[in-house]
Amino acid sequence: MSFVSVRNVFQTYGRRPIIERVDLDVTEGEFISIVGASGCGKSTFLRLLLAQERPTRGEIRIADAPPASEPGLDRGVVFQRYSVFPHLTVRENIVAGEGFRRGWGRFFGAARRAALTRADDTLARIGLDHVAGHYPATLSGGMQQRLAIGQALAARPRVLLLDEPFGALDPGTRQSMHAFLTDLRTETGMTVFMVTHDLEEAFKLGDRVLVFDKPRWDPHDPDVNGATITYDFDARNGGIPFQTLEEKTHVLHPV
Amino acid sequence: MRLINLKPGRPLAVFLALLPFALAFLAYAVASQIRLEANAADKLLPAPGTVWDTAVRLTTEGDRRTGRILFWHDTWASLQRLGLGIGISAGVGLIFGLLIGLLPLMRSFLAQFVAVLSMIPPLALLPILFIVFGLGELSKVVLIVIGTLPFLIRDLSQRVLDLPEELLVKAQTLGASSWVIAIRVALPQVMPRLIQSVRLSLGPAWLFLIAAEAIASDLGLGYRIFLVRRYLAMDVILTYVIWITILAFLIDWTLRWVSRRYFPWAGAGL
Ligand SMILES: Nc1ncnc2c1ncn2[C@@H]1O[C@H](COP(=O)(O)OP(=O)(O)OP(=O)(O)O)[C@@H](O)[C@H]1O
Ligand SMILES: [Mg+2]
Repeated sequence: MSFVSVRNVFQTYGRRPIIERVDLDVTEGEFISIVGASGCGKSTFLRLLLAQERPTRGEIRIADAPPASEPGLDRGVVFQRYSVFPHLTVRENIVAGEGFRRGWGRFFGAARRAALTRADDTLARIGLDHVAGHYPATLSGGMQQRLAIGQALAARPRVLLLDEPFGALDPGTRQSMHAFLTDLRTETGMTVFMVTHDLEEAFKLGDRVLVFDKPRWDPHDPDVNGATITYDFDARNGGIPFQTLEEKTHVLHPV
Repeated sequence: MRLINLKPGRPLAVFLALLPFALAFLAYAVASQIRLEANAADKLLPAPGTVWDTAVRLTTEGDRRTGRILFWHDTWASLQRLGLGIGISAGVGLIFGLLIGLLPLMRSFLAQFVAVLSMIPPLALLPILFIVFGLGELSKVVLIVIGTLPFLIRDLSQRVLDLPEELLVKAQTLGASSWVIAIRVALPQVMPRLIQSVRLSLGPAWLFLIAAEAIASDLGLGYRIFLVRRYLAMDVILTYVIWITILAFLIDWTLRWVSRRYFPWAGAGL
């Protein structure tokens, strides 16, 4: 039984189709990398998974629940930018991961002290304990993204969505973020969707790599067709070179 | 070296900053000197020394009849009206700014209405305010509120709308309700902007205050200026004008300090 099921999803902005006929089944705990040309609708697909937008057609279910109508606790997200709250210190950002769901958005008294202790544990684990009292603006890009991931995980989502989370980082920082993410994943067993432009990263981290592309290309009007999943690679075992095509896709075959 | 790359050192910067003040003072002193030489009884440009003596007299000597030092009573009365007016504006503006900025329903309901309201020239309403609220304190405070509130609402709601969508979505994925998003995400992030907008509103607020005081009052900085105008007491007028300028500057400086002190994360935008 699939954990995330995407059924015949279309998304159209105005009269312009962005994605069409997307079908996908993901089992719990899988790590899905999503790659594709710029502007083909990867972020749009992530927004649909997040329930930030509703698809024009089709439906997305997580754990067999009815399709969500707005973002909620079961889906965590890390964007490329603006993923942490600039007006909260690093520690408060982590506490917010648990505290925002409460009536006043914060803890009081003993609960607050306990939350602060838990936040300090989290910070130690993600290697940010030395900047706990700083504001995010004073952190480097890598540290901010680590904080964003730590904050998202503090809310214990069942699905984590990452939109080019390491896009702005240098190769060295990127490597350490990969190790960090891999560790967290083995610890929590979460289902992860990650959009990236880095193929190596996609295959290194993912269990599956989905390629978004337009299956039909109209040379007169490239905008009439939306993108869909054209390849679905099995990326376990390092991915290369023993590819197994996992399911029926919309791959173009020469006739 | 290009002009755009010439930067003054610290001493030169201070000197340059003080220079226009010194020049303005000098120009006034010279002009006053010339007029007084032509006619010693000239009242239009009293000598700086005379203005200083008047200032000392106004701030230290009590009124002959009541013994009160009117200067401080005027100051207190005006600051009260200004503080009350701006305070109410800021509070109401913040609430409506958040409502309009965060809730699409509120936006559809009120945004256009506020935009139209902000086009009404507040001074044109002054007679109505005097008729409705009488000549007392209330109408003056209400004029300041009417004069500054629409701008504050529009500015703050726009600032809320400018918050990155990502932050609002992020808060929702952490389980935040609309209320929590309002008080924990939007409110703290618009606070520095509120202070900024209040600083911008202070100019119009003084304008409305002095206008209202000039027309109907028996105490206040604006009232006094327009009162002594009849006697062509330029030394008194100048003292009051300088004092109002100093007050306005101090208030502005304090607000900027508060904003830097309490919202350090907001950075250089202040
Ligand atoms: N809210 C919207 N309204 C109209 N068009 C939109 C909207 N959001 C995205 N688009 C369009 O949809 C297309 C796909 O955008 P999307 O951000 O999903 O691409 P992407 O694959 O994430 O690209 P990138 O790799 O550059 O991030 C773009 O052409 C964009 O202009
Ligand atoms: Mg994108």
